[in-house]
Amino acid sequence: MSASTATGGGGGGSGEPRHGVRILCLWAVFTVIVVPLIIWVVGPHIPPFDRSVQSSDQHNVNVVLLTLAVPIVGMIWVFFGYSIAVFRNRGDEVVDGPPLAGEPRIQITWLAVTTVLVLGLATYGTVGLLGKSKGAGGGQGPSPLSRPAASTHPLQIQVIGQQWLWTFRYPSYGGVETAQLVVPVHRWIEFHVTSLDVIHSFWAIELGVKADAVPGNDNVAFLNATKTGTFQVRCAELCGLWHGHMNSFGKVVSPTAFASWAVAREQQYAAITKDLPPYSTVYYPQPIRRG
Amino acid sequence: MDFLGVFIRPEMRGRAIGVAGVLVLLSALVALYIFDFLVVTPPALSATMRDGTAHLTLQTVPTYGHTPDPDWVSYLAEDQQGHWQHTTIYQVPAHTLVTVTLYQFDTATGLRNPFLAQVRGTQGGTAILNGKPFSTLDPDLASHTFTVPDLGISVPLPGVNANAKNPCSAAPCPTSDAHTTITFSFVTPGKGTYHWQCFVPCAAGFYYGFGGPMQTLGWMSGDIEVV
Repeated sequence: MSASTATGGGGGGSGEPRHGVRILCLWAVFTVIVVPLIIWVVGPHIPPFDRSVQSSDQHNVNVVLLTLAVPIVGMIWVFFGYSIAVFRNRGDEVVDGPPLAGEPRIQITWLAVTTVLVLGLATYGTVGLLGKSKGAGGGQGPSPLSRPAASTHPLQIQVIGQQWLWTFRYPSYGGVETAQLVVPVHRWIEFHVTSLDVIHSFWAIELGVKADAVPGNDNVAFLNATKTGTFQVRCAELCGLWHGHMNSFGKVVSPTAFASWAVAREQQYAAITKDLPPYSTVYYPQPIRRG
Repeated sequence: MDFLGVFIRPEMRGRAIGVAGVLVLLSALVALYIFDFLVVTPPALSATMRDGTAHLTLQTVPTYGHTPDPDWVSYLAEDQQGHWQHTTIYQVPAHTLVTVTLYQFDTATGLRNPFLAQVRGTQGGTAILNGKPFSTLDPDLASHTFTVPDLGISVPLPGVNANAKNPCSAAPCPTSDAHTTITFSFVTPGKGTYHWQCFVPCAAGFYYGFGGPMQTLGWMSGDIEVV
């Protein structure tokens, strides 16, 4: 790679242009133009937007990651483009370029910058996971590390996956089970996600909640919706023939509307609720195998 | 040697031809797979119109009895000429009352999720079992369900007595064999394709009862094409 030697120390020896300085200048221009575009033009359009504390957190992380990644990608592109344009062999003769030589300053700088970035992002991500979003909408297993205070009285909702349908149980409302997910706005929701057969993945897209549904496993995820409206529920784990149809629409409603809805479902499904197994974090339905 | 403008050295020709041959073969296999996937879709069967109501007549059989999978459980549908067809794709008109008559010849397996033992989304929230209306079923007595999740329709189908003297062994099953008759009605929405399926783990011999006919189009699931 002739560029390494040419850019070493910024070039400039024996009439050679200062390639390193040129590349840095080009990169600086690219970064100054593109980074604000990412933050203020592209950023607002990056999902999953701001329908919940969790989705807002994910949205912010996506914007931060993209903003940090763009200068790095920009450096690679600029260096690549500059090398193609400037160091291209223009003659018919095929000859080797100048031999590679080590450049400790560049190597140390690269290592230091990437180390700081990776460790900084790891810290940022960990703080985010343990912070106000309480797991950022991801499944935390049966014993969550990050959970809202008990004083907030999270509403428990069980999410049950099976080939190929999502159903939802509300233990606070007599253990009633429904085919539609309805949650109150501005209240902590404690999802308990499980499966009756194979592995599924519960994904409330616009709310930023995604948790694997594993048979025999209680996967807890938290949500605090901040806006009312509908959202999509999908399976995010390839689970068989009709995986693509394992979807539905949920609703975030006001607390009073939620209470009315839940009581109405209790009455509507009273006949079948008595035939449901007692509420449990996991189920082992029979028959496991027929024939 | 030039190939598509790329110079190939003489000593590399054999290798290039080999690579090109493998690429062509792989492409042909992919095309064949896609073609096979597309043509195995069973034909659509249109509902019979009578007095402004669309009628679908179906039966569930414990074993299909014919190739390619004689041991598999399956749905069948009756066409307008009264012949039973092995298809699970049904065409019904939009915004129309559809009455489904279902002859159920299989024994009970039981629901994995008892929630599906309640009749939902039908006219009056009920179905008719051997002439008597019902709205819920003992989850352990379900043999199959006819469920259209996108339309909120679900009807549990009770199984026949496991000790019946004249069980059906091969499709199509005659009504002289032991069976239950379930009828229900629903109103179709606007045009669209809506997936339906059985939610009982009824695939004998498969993991969780959900392999084979439960994972193959044309047996225990299909589409309702509202046209």
